[in-house]
Amino acid sequence: MSENQDEQKPGFHFRDLGKMFGGAQSSGRQVGILGALVVIIILFEILTGGLTLDPVNLINLVNQNAYVLILAIGMVMVIIAGHIDLSVGSIAAFIGIVVATAMVNWHFPPIVAFVLGLLIGVVIGAWQGWWVAYVGVPAFIVTLAGMLIFRGANQFFGNSNTITVPDAFTIIGGGSIPDFGPQFGYSNGTLILGLIAILGLVWQEVRQRRTQTLMGAEKAPVWVSVVKVIILIGVVGGATYLFATGRAGTSFPVSGIILGVLVLVYSFVTRNTTFGRHIYAVGGNWRAAELSGVKIKRVNFFVMMNMSVLASVAGMVGVARAGASGPGDGTGWELDAIAAVFIGGAAVAGGIGTIVGSIIGGLVIAVLNNGLQLLNVSIDRVQIIKGLVLLIAVGVDVYSKRQGRPSLIGLLFKSRPSDSGDEPIRANDPLDRPTIEPDGNSPEASSRSQSTTPN
Amino acid sequence: MTPPENEFPTILEMRSITKEFPGVKALENVSIRVAAGEIHAICGENGAGKSTLMKVLSGVYPYGTYTGEIIYQNAPVRFRDIGQSESAGIVIIHQELALIPQLSITENIFLGNEPRSGGVINWVEAHRRAIELLARVGLTDDPDTKIKNIGVGKQQLVEIAKALNKSVKLLILDEPTAALNEADSQHLLDLIVGLKARGIASIMISHKLNEIEQISDSITILRDGRTVETLNVKRDGVDEDRIIRGMVGRVLEHRFPERTPHIGEVFFEVKNWTVQHPLVAERLVVKDSSFIVRRGEVVGFAGLMGAGRTELAMSIFGRSYGNFISGELFKDGKLIQARTVAEAIDNGIAYVSEDRKALGLNLLDDIKDSVVAAKLSKITRASVIDHVEEHRVANEYRKSLRIKTPSVDEGVNKLSGGNQQKVVLAKWLFTDPDLLILDEPTRGIDVGAKTEIYGIIRDIAAQGKGVILISSELPELLGVSDRIYTIFEGAITNNIPASEADPETLLKSMTSAKKKVTVQ
Repeated sequence: MSENQDEQKPGFHFRDLGKMFGGAQSSGRQVGILGALVVIIILFEILTGGLTLDPVNLINLVNQNAYVLILAIGMVMVIIAGHIDLSVGSIAAFIGIVVATAMVNWHFPPIVAFVLGLLIGVVIGAWQGWWVAYVGVPAFIVTLAGMLIFRGANQFFGNSNTITVPDAFTIIGGGSIPDFGPQFGYSNGTLILGLIAILGLVWQEVRQRRTQTLMGAEKAPVWVSVVKVIILIGVVGGATYLFATGRAGTSFPVSGIILGVLVLVYSFVTRNTTFGRHIYAVGGNWRAAELSGVKIKRVNFFVMMNMSVLASVAGMVGVARAGASGPGDGTGWELDAIAAVFIGGAAVAGGIGTIVGSIIGGLVIAVLNNGLQLLNVSIDRVQIIKGLVLLIAVGVDVYSKRQGRPSLIGLLFKSRPSDSGDEPIRANDPLDRPTIEPDGNSPEASSRSQSTTPN
Repeated sequence: MTPPENEFPTILEMRSITKEFPGVKALENVSIRVAAGEIHAICGENGAGKSTLMKVLSGVYPYGTYTGEIIYQNAPVRFRDIGQSESAGIVIIHQELALIPQLSITENIFLGNEPRSGGVINWVEAHRRAIELLARVGLTDDPDTKIKNIGVGKQQLVEIAKALNKSVKLLILDEPTAALNEADSQHLLDLIVGLKARGIASIMISHKLNEIEQISDSITILRDGRTVETLNVKRDGVDEDRIIRGMVGRVLEHRFPERTPHIGEVFFEVKNWTVQHPLVAERLVVKDSSFIVRRGEVVGFAGLMGAGRTELAMSIFGRSYGNFISGELFKDGKLIQARTVAEAIDNGIAYVSEDRKALGLNLLDDIKDSVVAAKLSKITRASVIDHVEEHRVANEYRKSLRIKTPSVDEGVNKLSGGNQQKVVLAKWLFTDPDLLILDEPTRGIDVGAKTEIYGIIRDIAAQGKGVILISSELPELLGVSDRIYTIFEGAITNNIPASEADPETLLKSMTSAKKKVTVQ
């Protein structure tokens, strides 16, 4: 990964393709899983005879999976910090029943009930975070307890009854942007969203290139950026078109908008803020983080608390979609979220993972689920397939890491299989020995000085 | 081939070993000949190919992944895994010990090799043999003791007992004394010499050239994956400088850079510092210690392992070790509080840990993340990170500390020990410390990188900062420090200007308590 700028000849380089989407070691996995997602979508589009990319199905797909993807956002942060949260499904269910009761029995307006739900999420999160961070009970235990406690609390609070929520509340789960403006047979709201997304993508790419210039970092050739942006515009434009051409009155779902906003916000937090950096530091090596002045208890506390708040959002979106809250809500959500995170490239030991990766991982499961259902594959077999996909995705990752390769897709795009220290550095004086000595299974003696031993 | 030079027959000969990894030749035509009953040292800087060669020999890299021949006990061998080399009597003891802390000495010695009768482990037999084996390595501990309850020095001996159980004929030791104090090291070296007398040959890889000079019979020097030369210690009259010359391919004139200290006034004082062991309340690891540091001064701390040097340093650095009992810190005459690491950093104290991988770095990070990790606030606005600034800062340190890497986006796990250490130094220099505490800053890094680290220490002191240097290597302490404190059992026992100190005086103060120490 060390092409010197002066060695870079203009023109086409195959490995430049690798830079199109990520290319750095951390995102290599994401590229792989993104490729898998595209393959799966195309596969099901063919197998279902075009049903997969049908607007109605797409809107369904988003509504059905938004809450799990919202959970995955919080879960990946928990997992990066080196913990796990098994309680999110139960917490979502508990908050769902409280919010539903608040609206139906106590006549809270939906917006007030929503805020109430968030507040309960904060309180529950503080409770669990306190046990994990300040008492020092492993998160697995704390949240296993939470899973039991809040499942029980849901059934106790609601007498195991199902409560139907008012229509006004269901907009966050299954609603659409209301139609406005002139009618061309498209959803205007969706078109505007699509336009914003495209502008955002272009701006992002321009900004990234500008940043790279400022850093003096190696940049991919301009054509790579152009092709990348064209592809992305094609994808976003296509999706916009599909969502905009659904039944009259439908649009890109509100739950999808909530998800999108959360993804943007949390990607920013994890990538660009002190708190985000500290989460990675604690998960990567908490002792080193502590000796660097990171307040690791506070980090653990807020990571766990944040998860419960997102669980409350997911719970309310879930209730809104179902139109009712019941005793069995949220069962197994935690496992779907955890699976999404690991398919998305996070490490069980912590320190590694991204929000975007987890969302892509969640989409892989979502599309798989959806496609198999469209093909009338029974639920038992769907579960078997999902299990195998999780196992294989992580298995491939572990295998390619052991081989010193970033990912399957990364492998296709790389000219050399080893990415460690395979580029001799010019040595000017004898002390200036290149001493890249990789750890573990990489070759020990990659440090060869061209000045002391003629090759 | 060449006629044997030693009086002993050859036990092992590796001929023209070439081992390639994708994109790099780790070994190129390396040949080595070990006589039966000799101690053969392999020297070379980090990355010279020593460990790779040993992995080829022990079958970690199986036959077929390298070219060349291995002749062992007069017959060509083709090991496909460690099991095959071990059953042939070649046992490798790695730098990181392969013992299981929760199991007893006996269980560890016989792990994977348990004496059985009818498929059931015969613990009586195992116990009896364990005592026998422990006696051979000079250990009198109860074989039922758990590994985690004995020191590193003894653990190393248990490893050797384990090897003896496998009827070892050729013992390979990779940095056996890296984690040991002087006394334990000496005991281990004596043991290796003792094994030689019983006909067990050893191959020893070590950075500690004085030990190599002391016990080895011949030395093979590797450089950049090639054999440079093989020296016969007695015949060639080898000394440390001779070995270094072979390793670096030139004479290393000044191992310790010249420096004219400009020592200012006292700016940092520790008074009556006392710290309790984190688990054992009645044990004081630091006892009523007081010392001072002047601006521009390099203050050495000498002491045996476990004497309390690291404990003292870490407890000053935001009470990161043990339970604080009493003591005061003064900076520029004012009492300061450093109850947490963050407070210590804010007060201009920085601590570079002796354990780079466990405590110094997040090995998942890239270089730029690591450099800014201890003072993110310097590159953030409203807690949002300025990535451009981060990059600029990291590149600045890459240049000024000469960190060898193609880019600061590279992962720190891809760097050599010396360069990782420079990243850790950069991380702490970035916090703008007034007092930099360096705990074994040159442990496990090669000679060239050591000299560079000494140069960095000199530059830091020249900027008027105070440096505390904790080191187990006395020549290093004497060569780099201006003044040296000695610690024994948690108490400061002496305070000597480096110009008046010599290894003997230091060792004396490091091993015995003294009544009164003048602070100045």
